Amino acid sequence: MNWTLFRRRLADRIALVCAALATAFGLFFLAWILWTTFANGAAAISPRLFTEMTPPPGADGGLLNAFYGSAVMIVLAIAIGTPIGLAAGTYLAEQGRHTRLASAVRFVNDILLSAPSIVLGLFIYELVVVPSGHFSGYAGSLALALILVPVVVRTSDEALRLVPDRMREAAFALGLPRWKVSLQVLYKAARSGVITGVLLGVARISGETAPLLFTALNNQFWSADMNAPLANVPVVIFQYAMSPYDQWHALAWAGALILTVFVLVLSLLVRLVARGRHS
Amino acid sequence: MSEMTSLAAPHDAAPVPTQEAGPAPAASPPASRAALPERLYGLATAGAAWLVLLILIAVTLSMALGGKLAFQTFGLGFVTSANWDVVNGQFGAFVPIYGTLVTSAIALVIAVPVSIGIALFLTDIAPVWSRQPIAVAIELLAAVPSIIYGMWGLFLFAPFMASHVEPWVNDTLGSLPLVGPLFAGPPIGIGMLTAGIVLGIMIVPFIASVARDVLNAVPAALRESAVALGATRWEILRHVSLPYTRSAIVGAIFLGLGRALGETMAVTFVLGNAHDLSASLLMPSNSIAAAIANEFTEADTELYRSSLIALAFLLFIVTFIVLSLAKLMLARMDRSLGRTH
Repeated sequence: MNWTLFRRRLADRIALVCAALATAFGLFFLAWILWTTFANGAAAISPRLFTEMTPPPGADGGLLNAFYGSAVMIVLAIAIGTPIGLAAGTYLAEQGRHTRLASAVRFVNDILLSAPSIVLGLFIYELVVVPSGHFSGYAGSLALALILVPVVVRTSDEALRLVPDRMREAAFALGLPRWKVSLQVLYKAARSGVITGVLLGVARISGETAPLLFTALNNQFWSADMNAPLANVPVVIFQYAMSPYDQWHALAWAGALILTVFVLVLSLLVRLVARGRHS
Repeated sequence: MSEMTSLAAPHDAAPVPTQEAGPAPAASPPASRAALPERLYGLATAGAAWLVLLILIAVTLSMALGGKLAFQTFGLGFVTSANWDVVNGQFGAFVPIYGTLVTSAIALVIAVPVSIGIALFLTDIAPVWSRQPIAVAIELLAAVPSIIYGMWGLFLFAPFMASHVEPWVNDTLGSLPLVGPLFAGPPIGIGMLTAGIVLGIMIVPFIASVARDVLNAVPAALRESAVALGATRWEILRHVSLPYTRSAIVGAIFLGLGRALGETMAVTFVLGNAHDLSASLLMPSNSIAAAIANEFTEADTELYRSSLIALAFLLFIVTFIVLSLAKLMLARMDRSLGRTH
């Protein structure tokens, strides 16, 4: 074997090993992060988590008010964000498909998809919190909806464009107006894609902390008033993890575990649904 | 909008057999009955599309207006001065700007080779049955909420860095000429190096998944030609796949950079929230997003609040530019493959 061939093979081997190591590097950190969350979280999980309120420093308690606040804000964000996202996605995939407006919207939407969520939180602060004079659950929901919308726009645009044009033509040939074609034919055909998109968005917003810091803020007590500061899981985790108290750390880990499991299960579910559709 | 435009989309989107060339007359609905819902439908969908554009403009304007006071008060000094003095109302944001750039740079140094390695592994090397599960696992790294990265970073990774990595960095790199001061300092675990590494891990899945897609999109004929010439897998990647996909790979990296610049929670946990300028990467620092997250609710003067919003404005503009470049480069790849959106 000559020297050149040997060197080329060696370079190839080294590159392959490095690629395998890079993958191992990524998987190692995923495993480490998940293991940390599970080990610390499992030790802190107890039934009181779901029955008691967030405690003052040095006392035991649960996260009931935070779970409730997060759930309500996420549901409201879905209620606000889904129709807007679906409507914009419909425009992009249907009547506006090849217009200049559609390309501009797609471009901007992709940027909003990756935009720093803390800036979006500040925007809602300026838009809602300052005029109303106080932090509120409504402001938090709006901030989350702002993050949800681009996800739904993109996925519903893609899902609708996957619907074969023959279905549109068949519907138009029956004399259906466009709104009926969309509502009764296209949305049905693209339903699982749109639902996937919303679930993907929910997985994204349920872990978002930064946009809630200046909108929903936090609330140590039970409150169902959406027009007042509202407890929520991510901000409670942030506050408790940064504190010097052991009980608060334990609660933060418990919240982190439940949040992680929720988000990961949702993400995996979305992939299963998506794969089922493709095969 | 006429009925013709509504039917334009199906036509040029897919090749249609010739006998279906003119369905337009059949589709015109009875004008009187259908007019109102049809108009509402058009308004609602186009309105929602405009709303997406409007959000971007409104966010930019609102940040610009909110930060106006800080820009007017300090002028260019706002970005060049490192004097962030809350008590005396002096706000120079050089430290958080510097911290954002340095941590993002460290993140890229780590994430770029790792992501390309992962993409290569998943397209060429891994056994076929294992590709999908590994790809999903890497993508889960992106699904883990950033606050979880923050907690893990604060409680596990920073102590690990302090006890194992940073003393070693100090001893080996700290005494080098020129770059030595970057790596010298107390091994406390909280600082720019740790934050940069955590950021790097966070953006790996974003870069890796796009890089994998574009590597998969290299035409088989090109790769097969290289194989026929006797190229090794590394040579194919180095001389065929990477040059062919260069603009898209750079786009993927910019996408990761955009994420790294704006990432808030993970950085807030491990960066230390210090407004002192230090050459050492081991020292605590600040970033734009972390400064806003830590200080905004405590900002008690108009000028303080305006300074933080001015920082948000700068961050938003920079990420907008970075992400736009990413989009343009990815679009160039799409065009060269004949794909259009």
